[in-house]
Amino acid sequence: MNSFFANYIKQATIYDELTLGGDQVQPHWRGLVDHLAMISDQDRHRIQHDIRQLLQENGVTYNIHGDMESKPRPWRLDAVPMIIGQNDWAEIEAGVAQRAHLLNLILADIYGEQKLIKKGLLPWGLVYSHSGFLRPIAGISYPHNLLTLYAADLGRGPDGRMWVLGDRTQAPSGTGYALENRMVTSRVMSHMFKEGRIRRLSNFFRHMRKTLYRMAQTRTDAAQVAILTPGPFNETYFEHAYLASYLGFLLVQGHDLTVRDGLVWLKTINGLQPVDVLLRRVDDAFCDPLELLDYSQLGISGLVEAVRRQNVFVANSLGSGVLENPGLMPFMPALANYFLGEDLILPSAATWWCGQPKELNYVLTHINKLIIKHISRTADTDTIFGHDLSRSQTEALRERIKSNPTHFVGQEQVSFSTVPSLVEDELEPRYTILRSFAVAKTSPDQPDSAAGGYEVMPGGLTRSSIKQGYFNVSAYAGGISRDTWVLSDETERHKTLWLHSEQLLNSIKQSLTVSSREAENLFWVGRYAERIEATARLLRTILDLYFHVLPAHDEAEILSFEKLLQALTHLTLTYPGFVGGPDIPADTTKEMLAQPEAELLSVMLDPDRVGSLVFNLQALTNAAYAVRNQWSVEVWPVIDTMGQRWFEMSKEQDEFSLQQIREQLNKLIMRLRSFSGYLNESMTRGFGWFFIDMGVRLERSQLLISLVRATFSAVSSEETEAALLEDLLTTTDNIITYRRRYRSYLHLQLVLEQILLDPDCPRSLIFQLERLQANLKELPRESVSYRLSREEQDILAAITALRVGDISELVARSAEDGAEASSDRPIQVRKQLDELLGVVSAKLSNISMIVSKYYFTHAEVHQPLINLPADIDQ
Amino acid sequence: MIRFTITHTTEYKYTSPASLSYNEARMVPRSFSTPLFNQNCLTHQVSTAPIWRDHSLRQDYFGNSVLYFTVREPHSEMGITISSEVKVTPSADNPQDRSSYENWALNSPSWEMVADRLKTDSSSELLAAREFTIDSPLASAFGGAYEYSARAFTPKRPILAATRDLMQQIFEEFEYKPGATSIYTSIGQVYATKSGVCQDFAHFMLACLRSRGLAARYMSGYIETLPRPGQEKLQGADASHAWVSVYVPEMGWVDFDPTNDLIPHVQHITLAWGRDFTDVTPLKGIFFGGGEHKLVVAVDVRRSQ
Repeated sequence: MNSFFANYIKQATIYDELTLGGDQVQPHWRGLVDHLAMISDQDRHRIQHDIRQLLQENGVTYNIHGDMESKPRPWRLDAVPMIIGQNDWAEIEAGVAQRAHLLNLILADIYGEQKLIKKGLLPWGLVYSHSGFLRPIAGISYPHNLLTLYAADLGRGPDGRMWVLGDRTQAPSGTGYALENRMVTSRVMSHMFKEGRIRRLSNFFRHMRKTLYRMAQTRTDAAQVAILTPGPFNETYFEHAYLASYLGFLLVQGHDLTVRDGLVWLKTINGLQPVDVLLRRVDDAFCDPLELLDYSQLGISGLVEAVRRQNVFVANSLGSGVLENPGLMPFMPALANYFLGEDLILPSAATWWCGQPKELNYVLTHINKLIIKHISRTADTDTIFGHDLSRSQTEALRERIKSNPTHFVGQEQVSFSTVPSLVEDELEPRYTILRSFAVAKTSPDQPDSAAGGYEVMPGGLTRSSIKQGYFNVSAYAGGISRDTWVLSDETERHKTLWLHSEQLLNSIKQSLTVSSREAENLFWVGRYAERIEATARLLRTILDLYFHVLPAHDEAEILSFEKLLQALTHLTLTYPGFVGGPDIPADTTKEMLAQPEAELLSVMLDPDRVGSLVFNLQALTNAAYAVRNQWSVEVWPVIDTMGQRWFEMSKEQDEFSLQQIREQLNKLIMRLRSFSGYLNESMTRGFGWFFIDMGVRLERSQLLISLVRATFSAVSSEETEAALLEDLLTTTDNIITYRRRYRSYLHLQLVLEQILLDPDCPRSLIFQLERLQANLKELPRESVSYRLSREEQDILAAITALRVGDISELVARSAEDGAEASSDRPIQVRKQLDELLGVVSAKLSNISMIVSKYYFTHAEVHQPLINLPADIDQ
Repeated sequence: MIRFTITHTTEYKYTSPASLSYNEARMVPRSFSTPLFNQNCLTHQVSTAPIWRDHSLRQDYFGNSVLYFTVREPHSEMGITISSEVKVTPSADNPQDRSSYENWALNSPSWEMVADRLKTDSSSELLAAREFTIDSPLASAFGGAYEYSARAFTPKRPILAATRDLMQQIFEEFEYKPGATSIYTSIGQVYATKSGVCQDFAHFMLACLRSRGLAARYMSGYIETLPRPGQEKLQGADASHAWVSVYVPEMGWVDFDPTNDLIPHVQHITLAWGRDFTDVTPLKGIFFGGGEHKLVVAVDVRRSQ
């Protein structure tokens, strides 16, 4: 062994996983140690670099609550995994499965007969004072396990055994992160996996999927399973989206669902579709504002009633948070004995529940040696370390406990084992906790019963503290995760996640559906992407003129430059801007046109200005993130990094020159190109794609119209218009086609013909309208009829109006109405052009409104009915 | 025996139409017995406007009848009317008669003994009462409850005598002041201002009783009001009402009305009970859209014979 490990072994703690306090590496670590010791510093750097790179590409994040401003925090993964040997694992696996089984039985009893309380095996105060005991749920019966998923936080105690530190029973998080950690680790250290001695995770997810489908199939063959997420602002949203796409489930938020006739329905663009199983990541009390927390906007009104009627199954069952109670720990051995006739396999930290006089007394006396916890896990109940308290704080805590003893436990402080972390070039010992997962299995003979037992993930989510000697490992506190390798003597064959059961065929078709919220977000992804591209292109043209043309002091070119600045204001709707307005003195606008730098910077970089480039980039990112599960691993990094540089620039506006920004505009346009390339080449022409493309076509049409009207509705001097024509062709990406066709002959009529009327030119207005027409035809409709729908009539009218327009009439000039008398230099306008484009634009707005009205969710805010105190006369 | 006919109408008016609403009503009277009377709900009828689309009637955790219903058409007003016929039969002398109550109350066990049995005795009857000894969202322990009840709960005092004294003390020291509080007013605040309405007094009294280790529950219902002499009783002039009930082993639950300094006998009609108001809200609902809204309640309690 070289110095790399020798140094570590010197500083390793007594309970280090690698050494167990000795000076020898444990046998099951040897393979990894040999490898890491053999490779060079550079190789180790490369591994760390690759991990960061992969995590970033996959967009793995953990959001921090109440921190909407900053970006989601990147997930952190240590290169060194946690390794567990075969025999050690056998005990952990049996212990976690036993505990899941036992907790499932306890849960059923608490919400059912309450025999445990009646027999005195479970103190009543421990259940009734827990905020997770939901009385509306009591008495509901289920044909399945109440606990579908279970997670135990484990730490290796001083005796070398794994101890249970906590139970996660309502919506355990981490399976998706564990899977992602494995994906990344197995890529950067692929050779370690070649022998097949590291156990695979996929079997666990097969069971998870099978169990959830089976639950649904007690109701219907065409089962629809959805993951209920609180939404993109939740700290583990990445995982919800990741699991949804990995397992092939829908990803829904509360307002995507509605309860009708006691059934749960998903609002889709094809109307309401039933949902049979919800894998929820929303906490118990937030799931139904009617019967649980009335102010919750994350749940579904009437869900509890639907569950009561067995019309929907929720995993884990509502109310399962009652088991997240450290006060249960001391009663678990007796409960294991009562239910299973077995001893508890995994010990848990010594815990004293203060609801009993003797235990209360013990906690009050030994308070400075214990950890004090509230029995309910709520926001304002932190874990308190007794030895950190001053004398007066200790006294205050004693009083708090005495006034409400049933709410508190004292727990022995367990020191757990360390695992080496690769920090820069050195290994450092870090305290480590393993979150182990179990999923209920279905039994082949009794698909709807709880008889199948639990399958434990051979691995898990291991987390270590961010600093040496620091105990808190949570992601919230900046903890670092690591892959978890469970070793096996036998090699394991790869199994795919695909299911082969005939019975599941029916559910496949329905998975193509798009929820109304997804459709809406996709539509806006299309619109924003197009709006950003058009704005960026115009800005690029403007900046080029600013650098190269302006210094020449050519009057015609200055005028055309000013027209483009005004077009920018029109296009981005950032009025008054370069256009001015009734409340803006004409001189101010004039000055702004002469010195446009500040306004240009604002239109590009001001994040608070509606319509600015940065604002639109943020909106695009938000819309895309809200449908995170729709994007493949290749395209997500493109979306995710699109705005990154711009968000940085917007924070330090003064640091950047217009020249540098010009470079960034180029890069942005390239990224948008690769995004639209993905959309066109790799995305299935399903409903999702139609909505994105409709957004693109609508937006491109409107922006083109806006640009043409801003530049050519009013007539300018010949020289100015000549300059504008070229700028228009460049900005709309038509210049190459035009040059090939007409060489250097620049003429308004020809230009307009190409950019408005040429059906073969993919940047022309008519091309957009025809694509839009094709998309509209694909939308689901309630009845098939020969009559065109309103939006189909509108698009036909727009196309016809454009087609029958005579180009020579469109470019004809006339004096502006009522302008002659007041001005000495009469303003000439192209009235017909302006009117025609006005008509097309109005039709397009109408189409957008109709599509939005019929296909999108209009998430109405809901509120609880007020109640007045009894016996108040109104 | 007295028969009551009760009509309870609740109406919500919205400033803009609501598209959808989900509701739970606890407005069907219970049937049960206490040491002082038996209550029997003979009939009940419910109607809603607009007409409900989906409904069910079930019993909740505390045995109260709960009507679940949804309204699915756009509506600017939502109303629910429950008409019921209830028979109340006295099973003991009028407790308002001081001497007969005194006799009865003084024979009840001491409050310490009751508190002790609630802690230690695990017979099923006591087990069911235990849940009402601990804090609930609107009636939780606060600084003053134990001290405030010290005057009534002297050592070894029979529980029914002590509870009646506590009721009287609240009645005398607290001012009935409609509008001073909302349904979310904390009992600490009620105690500080010594004012409120029946619901506040009930919550405050629950906290006092629970601070003594006793089981006490919140009662939601009506009280019959009698017109002034020579005046006709006004339609809808009654209101919903709230009081408390305390558990006495071997005897059962005995009601106390701190708002009126009355021990309920034949003038109170019980709809539902629970740990506090949050468990028995007469009408709970979630509606979509609707803008601002206001509530109109009309209750009419009449003797049939």
